[in-house]
Amino acid sequence: MSNVPTELRYTKTHEWVARNDDGTLTVGITEHAQGLLGDMVFVEVPEEGSTFGAGDDCAVVESVKAASDVYAPVAGEVTEGNEVLADAPETINNDPYGDGWIFKIQPEDEGEYNELMDSDAYAEMIAEEEH
Amino acid sequence: MVDFGGWDMPINYGSQIEEHHQVRNDAGMFDVSHMTIVDVKGKDARAFLQKLLANDVARLKDKGKALYSCMLKEDAGVIDDLIVYYMENDWYRVVVNASTREKDLAWINKQAEAFNVKITELDGMAMIAVQGPNAREKANKALGDKAKGLDDLGVFFAVLRDDMMIARTGYTGEDGYEIMLPNEDASSFWAALLEADVKPCGLGARDTLRLEAGMNLYGSDMDEETSPLEAALGWTIAWDPEDRDFIGREVLAKQKDEGVKNKLVGLVLDDKGVLRNHQKVIVDGKEAGEITSGSFSPTLGKAIAFARVPADVGSTCKVDVRGKQLNCTVVKPPFVRNGKACI
Repeated sequence: MSNVPTELRYTKTHEWVARNDDGTLTVGITEHAQGLLGDMVFVEVPEEGSTFGAGDDCAVVESVKAASDVYAPVAGEVTEGNEVLADAPETINNDPYGDGWIFKIQPEDEGEYNELMDSDAYAEMIAEEEH
Repeated sequence: MVDFGGWDMPINYGSQIEEHHQVRNDAGMFDVSHMTIVDVKGKDARAFLQKLLANDVARLKDKGKALYSCMLKEDAGVIDDLIVYYMENDWYRVVVNASTREKDLAWINKQAEAFNVKITELDGMAMIAVQGPNAREKANKALGDKAKGLDDLGVFFAVLRDDMMIARTGYTGEDGYEIMLPNEDASSFWAALLEADVKPCGLGARDTLRLEAGMNLYGSDMDEETSPLEAALGWTIAWDPEDRDFIGREVLAKQKDEGVKNKLVGLVLDDKGVLRNHQKVIVDGKEAGEITSGSFSPTLGKAIAFARVPADVGSTCKVDVRGKQLNCTVVKPPFVRNGKACI
């Protein structure tokens, strides 16, 4: 069973979202998602200052098997991309909820965060996918 | 697990990249029991294969020696690629792909009608490939008594040991064996290899290893619409003797005289990203070709590919990777052999 931390929120497309004290959100992909994709070999993070709508593709993670889009969980402006991933994409495999974060975004509407799935809902969703 | 020609096969057991390095640096094993093994026996076995194959089995002078060849249609399209082993004067063993099993057997049986040969598919045989610089040493431990004398087995040679065939062949660019054995013995031999510290590897690592080694994959790099001359397989065509009338020769000879428009080359991505099958190759701002096999090379740490491009391609090109035109260097495969980068 995949690790699904209870303090995070989740999307149907397997991003996790953490709310920071400054109001920004940190986004990565879940342990379940990195497990499905396998060894990461290339990550393209969004540029600081770029803006996205909720559900827009804004980053790419490529494993040795396949390329996969990462979607903005909420509308907003990117405040930082994780530069570590350019030279160490495997960080996503090794620490998906920590050093493997992908970008930070300042949401347009802070309320959107509360509409994301909680850990129970996400755990239920991936359990269903596996059956 | 994925469906591969009707077989359930693992893409990876653990980390695909670790499995890849395991084979480059030590020893890994692949369950390749999906491969189709066919015995050709009879008085006309040699004459039949000289008709059937673009390479010439008469090149096999010593018993046990193996040869890589294409099997062509009359129009020189590739039906399949295969390895043929010379067992006895009236006995050759052929290993073809799993995905092409039905059509290969139909074609071989049809062509065999005019010859005094018996074609038998060895459905009861499994196959395990043990590959890597330490593969033979570790496999010899697992083979026990059967390993006697194997130190003298030459590259691309096979030998029979009771109901087992041990061949010094492979699909990774490393030394090692491909071992055919009865289905009922396969799992205990697999366990003996595990005991000898050989690690299981999946289809994913098999694909990146063969790509680095510059080895074509049927269905991706060539098929019935492709001539071997357009698939970097010209070296596998035996033109001499001139009177050997193999299937496809006439069309192939014409192609050779007139020159083919396209060829298969290696690409190394100079920018960051990953090359994938079917991405478009851009030359002088125009779409000029396509990637036939693309992936990330764990040994080189960058993306590599085979691409079918115009025969007059220069030393660089661009590839459309997810809407961006990235820079590639055109190279002659292999990219890696015996653990060392060649480009």
